[in-house]
Parts: sequence; structure tokens; C-alpha cells
Amino acid sequence: MVGRSLLDLIGSTPLVELTHIQPHGRRMLAKLEGQNPTGSIKDRIALAMVEAADLPPGAELLEPTSGNTGISLALVAKLKGLKLTCVMPANATPERRTLLELYGATIIESPGELGSNGAVQLAQEIAGRNSRYTMLFQYANDANPRAHYEGTGAEIADALPRVDALVAGLGTGGTLMGTGARLRDTFPDVQIVAAEPLPGDPVMGLRSLDDGYVPPILDVSKLDRKLLVSNAEAAAAVHRLVAQEGLFAGVSAGAVVHVARRIAEELPEGAVVVCVLADGGWKYLSAPFWSGEAIDDETLWW
Amino acid sequence: MSVVRVPPVLRTEAGGAREVEASGATVRELLEDLAVRVPALGEKVYASGAIQSFVNVYVDGEDVRTRDGLDTPVRETSTVILLPAMAGGCGR
Repeated sequence: MVGRSLLDLIGSTPLVELTHIQPHGRRMLAKLEGQNPTGSIKDRIALAMVEAADLPPGAELLEPTSGNTGISLALVAKLKGLKLTCVMPANATPERRTLLELYGATIIESPGELGSNGAVQLAQEIAGRNSRYTMLFQYANDANPRAHYEGTGAEIADALPRVDALVAGLGTGGTLMGTGARLRDTFPDVQIVAAEPLPGDPVMGLRSLDDGYVPPILDVSKLDRKLLVSNAEAAAAVHRLVAQEGLFAGVSAGAVVHVARRIAEELPEGAVVVCVLADGGWKYLSAPFWSGEAIDDETLWW
Repeated sequence: MSVVRVPPVLRTEAGGAREVEASGATVRELLEDLAVRVPALGEKVYASGAIQSFVNVYVDGEDVRTRDGLDTPVRETSTVILLPAMAGGCGR
């Protein structure tokens, strides 16, 4: 394929069977979202949200993001002649900051100890005060799940004759809602399974329960299962992916594979479990756990 | 007795404890027992017969909202985790 721009190369990611990790008699198929142009699944929603907003050239975007969405928006903004400011926790990995800056985004730091909730709050305050900003706001933008309904989900349904379970990481909920809805159209009995990070104490820096946040696009009643994954479990699965399958994946991908294996073991022989691996391991190279160091509970990795 | 893990944001209500104990064969029974043992914590988590909207309750790592809700069975050996609802995306 020859694209007229990188935007034409978003989506249509490949599936690969995890032959060394899948339990006997069940298939686990990984959808490699790290193969999108900026290396993550967020390219899909960045393009969809920007196109749905139909902004004039020079318009300024503002988005709370911990990294991947910002990097994807930075690429899309650049190629569409828009400006981007990202609000991100001050303790984001240096790879993410560097990438954002290379793509030309402006960064505003939110308090690291408040995590993503803090970035969301600060971005909402800034957008409320400055009408020049358009906040696409992935947590509440219908174009987010729609990109997965029309893209991720349709691609999986077209590629496979059978899907018993879909496992994806829970962040905004967009991947699970959109992909899940599309797969249900074709495979009515498919189980939609969320892998959710178990946060350690230091990342739960909320001042009160009222600072809690449920993304408006997430409808938990559409999920069949929702399982917590510890950092240690996710890191162990990331190591296993690269050691046994040669697949260098991000932390949430490890969590997804950890949960997918458990689900595959519960399902009958012949079952097919699709795992959405949101990104590759590149943006986590500065993390300590590659060298076998124990992973802490003090960081939320996705 | 099951172990109930308390998130930092609710520890004041639990007298500073990271973990408390409560008993019950279902999540409903357990939360009602919790409300008797640690009333301040109980009412933040469970009120008017429902789990509060910004609180997630997990039994052995699984969100009870995608199991049987308040009827989800709890075993003596179960760990129950209470977590505040958080925005997705990593915090660093």
C-alpha cells in the first residue's frame, strides 16, 4: 500500500497467534496496535476525533493525556495544520515528553501525584477559561468508540470466523465499547473483557471520593468481565511475550495477555480469544522492569 | 472473615487502616457488616442499598458490577478490594 500521508496508514493492523502462550486447544490472537504510525492504538481515535470536529486550519487543540493519545493527536494535528497543547502528569516517562515535543506539541504539566484525574481536571479548567481551545476530550467523545466500531472491531470480525472473547485494556473505555459492540453484531455470544490496572497507593492521589471519575463513554454494563491486573502480573506477561513470542509490547498489553490467558483457560476447547495490544514496548524503555528489577506498585503504567 | 483493602482516599474513615475485616457470604452481607463494624467507611461505600457510584468493589480481583453485583458470593478466603473510580491512562 502507498499512502498519500501517514494518516492513510492508520488502522488495518495485523493479528498474530500467540502459539507459545495460548493454553492447549484454545487460540489467542493478538491485534498489534503498536503497528500504527505513532506506535499505538490511539492513532485511530485521534484521527476520528479530529475529523469529526471539522476544525479550520490553525485551530488549537487541548487534551489531557498521559502520552499515547497526545502523541497521536500531535501527528494528526501536524498533518492537518492544527496546534496541540497536552496536559500531562509531571512524572510522565521522558520518552513521551520527547516525542510530543518532537511532533511540535506544547506541554502543560499537571501534578504527578494526581495522575490522569489531575490532568483531566486541569485541562477542563484551562479550556473553561480560554475559548480558543477545542478540547476533543477522548473520555467523552463518541468518535472514540466509533473509531473502534468501524475500525478495530470491523477488522477483527472480517478476519476471523469465530471470536469467543475480546480482551482489551480499560482506560477511556473506547476500545472495549466500540470494538465490543462491533464484535457483538457478528458474534452475539462474545464475551467483552476489560483488563484494569490495580493502582498502588501512591497513584491514588485523590483528595476525596468526589474526585473520582467514570468516563462518560464507558458503560460498565456492556462489559462481561472486568479484572484487576497488578503491575507485577503485567510485567511478567510483557517479559513472556518478548521471550516466547518475540513480541515487544507495552505494559497494558502484558495485562491484557495475562487476563486473556485466564479467560482462554475457562473457555471450552476450540475457543478463540482476541487480545488488543495497545502499543509496543518502546515508550517504556526507561522503565526499570526490563532488566528483571521488581516492578513497583507506585506507578500506573497505562 | 474476609480481608477488605481500603484505598488511601477512604483510610480516614477507616481510622487510618489499610485493611479491615468484615464477614458475609455475599457482597451485600459483607458491606452491611462493614457498615456495622466501621460505620464511617461503610456509608462512603454503600448507601441506600447500592454501591456508591464512584466506588468499585472487587472480589478476588474481579469487579462485582460485571459479576452478580451485590449478590456476588464472597468466601472466607476472599480478598475484597475497594477502589475509587479513576480516569484511565497511566499516571506517568
